Amino acid sequence: MESYEIVIIGGGPAGLAAAVSARKSGIEDIVILERDRELGGILNQCIHNGFGLHTFQEELTGPEYARRFVSQVEELGIEYRLNTMVMDISPEKTVTAMNREEGLFQLQAGAVILAMGCRERPRGALNIPGYRPAGIYSAGTAQRLVNMEGFLPGREVVILGSGDIGLIMARRMTLEGARVRGVAELMPYSGGLKRNIVQCLDDYGIPLKLSHTVVDIKGKERVEGVTLAQVDGQGKPVPGTEEFYPCDTLLLSVGLIPENELSRGMGVELNPVTSGPRVNESLETSIEGVFACGNVLHVHDLVDFVSEEAAAAGRYAAAYVKNTDKDSERRAGIRIKPGEGVRYTVPETIDPVRMEEKLPLRFRVDRVYENCYVSIYFENRRIFHKKRRVAAPGEMEEVGLERKELLKYPHLKEITVRIEEE
Amino acid sequence: MEIKNLTCINCPLGCAIKVEMDGETILHVKGNTCKRGEVYARREVTAPVRMVTSTVRVTGGTLPVLSVKTREPIPKEKIFACVQALKVIELLAPVHAGDVVLKNAADTGVDIVATKNVALVKS
Amino acid sequence: MYDIVIIGAGVSGAAIARELSRYQARICVVEKEEDVCCGTSKANSAIVHAGYDAVSGSLKAKLNVRGNERMESLAGELNFPFRRTGSLVLCFREADLPRLQALYDRGQTNGVSGLRILGREETLKLEPYVAEDVYASLYAPTAGLVCPFGLNIALAENACANGVEFKLQTEVRDIKRLGEGYELCTSQGSIHTKYVVNAAGLYGDVLHNMVSQEKIRLTARRGDYCLLDKEAGALVSRTIFPLPDERGKGILVTPTIHGNLLMGPTAIETEDKEGTNTTREGLDQVLAKAGRSVRELPARQIITSFAGLRAHAPGDDFIIREVEDAKGFIDCIGIESPGIASCPAIGEMTAELLREKMGLEEKAEFISTRKGILDPSTLCMEERNALIRENPAYGNLICRCEMISEGEILDAIHRPLGARSLDGIKRRTRAGMGRCQGGFCGPKVMEILARELGMDRLEVTKSGRASRMVTGINKEAL
Repeated sequence: MESYEIVIIGGGPAGLAAAVSARKSGIEDIVILERDRELGGILNQCIHNGFGLHTFQEELTGPEYARRFVSQVEELGIEYRLNTMVMDISPEKTVTAMNREEGLFQLQAGAVILAMGCRERPRGALNIPGYRPAGIYSAGTAQRLVNMEGFLPGREVVILGSGDIGLIMARRMTLEGARVRGVAELMPYSGGLKRNIVQCLDDYGIPLKLSHTVVDIKGKERVEGVTLAQVDGQGKPVPGTEEFYPCDTLLLSVGLIPENELSRGMGVELNPVTSGPRVNESLETSIEGVFACGNVLHVHDLVDFVSEEAAAAGRYAAAYVKNTDKDSERRAGIRIKPGEGVRYTVPETIDPVRMEEKLPLRFRVDRVYENCYVSIYFENRRIFHKKRRVAAPGEMEEVGLERKELLKYPHLKEITVRIEEE
Repeated sequence: MEIKNLTCINCPLGCAIKVEMDGETILHVKGNTCKRGEVYARREVTAPVRMVTSTVRVTGGTLPVLSVKTREPIPKEKIFACVQALKVIELLAPVHAGDVVLKNAADTGVDIVATKNVALVKS
Repeated sequence: MYDIVIIGAGVSGAAIARELSRYQARICVVEKEEDVCCGTSKANSAIVHAGYDAVSGSLKAKLNVRGNERMESLAGELNFPFRRTGSLVLCFREADLPRLQALYDRGQTNGVSGLRILGREETLKLEPYVAEDVYASLYAPTAGLVCPFGLNIALAENACANGVEFKLQTEVRDIKRLGEGYELCTSQGSIHTKYVVNAAGLYGDVLHNMVSQEKIRLTARRGDYCLLDKEAGALVSRTIFPLPDERGKGILVTPTIHGNLLMGPTAIETEDKEGTNTTREGLDQVLAKAGRSVRELPARQIITSFAGLRAHAPGDDFIIREVEDAKGFIDCIGIESPGIASCPAIGEMTAELLREKMGLEEKAEFISTRKGILDPSTLCMEERNALIRENPAYGNLICRCEMISEGEILDAIHRPLGARSLDGIKRRTRAGMGRCQGGFCGPKVMEILARELGMDRLEVTKSGRASRMVTGINKEAL
């Protein structure tokens, strides 16, 4: 069986950044397995601009951002295999994959970096009643058809879900000749970035209907229209508020789920809130030597943070392979608890001995807060308290933790992150 | 005096900016958290501009369409003229990221460039 | 001039066609949809019922028990997925015990083997997620699960291989008596035949009424279903029913043959024979009633919901007989539950009726077996690699959720009665049937269909007719 020091599952932004950083940390023997026909992952279909402000201090389109990393992978001579689907990973890190040329083959990995990304929730996730005609697409599928294949899924469009992909697709469809009749959002706030509401909806006069959902889909063969209704505080449609929108297409942008079929198959422990693996400070999962980063770990809003997180995973995986981080017994580490107002944190535990000098603690809040404080407690002692003008579930929060600070508390068992209001 | 409320589109922060105007004259810009925000706000209330990204057809390439962008932001009212100008363009592979696809799109003085490589398909 | 025309290519029509294909006769199946298995047969519980539900002596009882017995060998011959998993009917109150006992007794009369009444403990031991206040249950070990598409398509393909002609997208608009036979006026011109089998599902009454003065009215009953992710598939390992009532068997919770979890159906009468839309009330009812039988149903794992219509006949039984005032016209209508379970026997019974009437003779060259689409996951690594070397398309994975390769999709398109649409591919291979519901593989399948069938991508449909997947190319409307 062929063996590699590090096998990276997925050649999207996370896999690419992890590969580059692992190589720069001195690992020669790396392979990226990518299921698509080219590296870059979902960035290839995100042809809009706005990527890379943090990483490159300039605004790039998705393909350009991907190119920066693909070039590095090529310059560094990192091996990759395209059109290759990973079928299974064993707990012993034997990776079974398949492509047309090599058939079904196995690789033995010293360390595995999971970077499979995420997928879109389908219509069933909202259990939207009505017919099941052609013309119902998840926004990402429509994005692929329009941006990579040149086909317009429909002419008259309603979009459900105001996450970034939904907003971006409202503009894309408009600029390719479709008429977008409106974007409905179940929540009383948008799940997307404010800038996207301005430049994707407001610029084109597309209405955003907050606290609205699709309650019926009409059309036996092709979509003929959808009925929108207002929802109450519990997300239940309010009778009498129904309004029919004739259209031939319904795009769904109703959430993303980390794609953890392989992780689950190998026995990696998952967090039910993120649907991603539980990881420690090293972005290492419950299986030693198996790391996770990017959208497979938790869904990000900005690719820049994916790259940053993946680079860290690459460094930690390199350290694991080089045996520099080994102390035979893994300490339990400090538990990070999501307190009031916090849905989850990544990582979930921190071993101050193994962590890098500075570690970004990432989390999401559970609703929109105005003029709140992000507080960090070491046991019951508040050691961090910072004002946020606005905190929203659609925008990931981050607090930096310093190793030297944590080492001052040798008996610390639990850190709590809380949102506190005035 | 008039106050225009804007959301800055420069970065994901999306700062809420207030621009105080007296007719055509800008008196104050408030609420931005960086210099770029002020530049955006001043432009937005006088002559708003946007980056445009789109696709054009390619023949003989590994992909049927190519992603493109305006090299710089163009006046907002020229967006549709700009994508319309792309409608008739059909390129031959190979194309390289940065190649000019359309010069001076819709008389904006701005070129449209490829944002991706499309290799020649090996026959 | 055909000897026999069968109207409808659902499970009944396909089973009849397959049984008749044993004989020397010119046979044709006409179907208004673009594929077989497009009506009631595609949207149901896919349960091979044991046979204790139907009134003893009824056709439903007789054909269900016989069909259940035949299903296993038929699955072997025609290579479609079937498994005996067993079923439980739950009873929650001591007061209802006589109703459970009555089901047991009826099962005995109907000839169902292995029935047992279980107490609470034993029920919970078999199915730990059954509601804890269960009082007793009726256990039927012979009940099973089938892939309804697999069954229907296998029957049709085998009939086709034995010389039965299939005319798809051919809607029968009128039927006229013509000498000793009939003239069918269809959307594709007229067809002449000596005998007609009316297996037209919900439209069975419409066709019957074209030739008979004894008018029949079938009632469409809609059943809403929710399908859950495979992650929830192991919650129960048998089909779980509540006690039946006059509207039917009630809302069940069952694993599917492919490992998902299915719950439903409702039983809502509708005037619209095409009304396969789910409703909020329907879906809420499914969740509420399924939740009464089984604990911890993870509603957030729903990947899709759908509704099917079943044709209910006035006498609450299947109608399989020659129409009295229309000689040579055989009704096979009112085939609602347990239609899937009964279809092997429906095929036998109808074919036998025609054999006697027409004096049909067996043909020597009848092929009794059919090979389904190869499932590479059943092969060992060496076998699979040999397959990929021979045909690299088997190394190209298209549907990530169900792990379906291009090789399987090509097979689905190019075999007899091959797939012509995304739904056709989905029903034959399961590509697009998984947790992302075609989000990833949809565009790829569209591309393969267009390439293989030599059509423009704009012509690719979800399920024929106007169900186009895309409406145009970028910027053409600008």
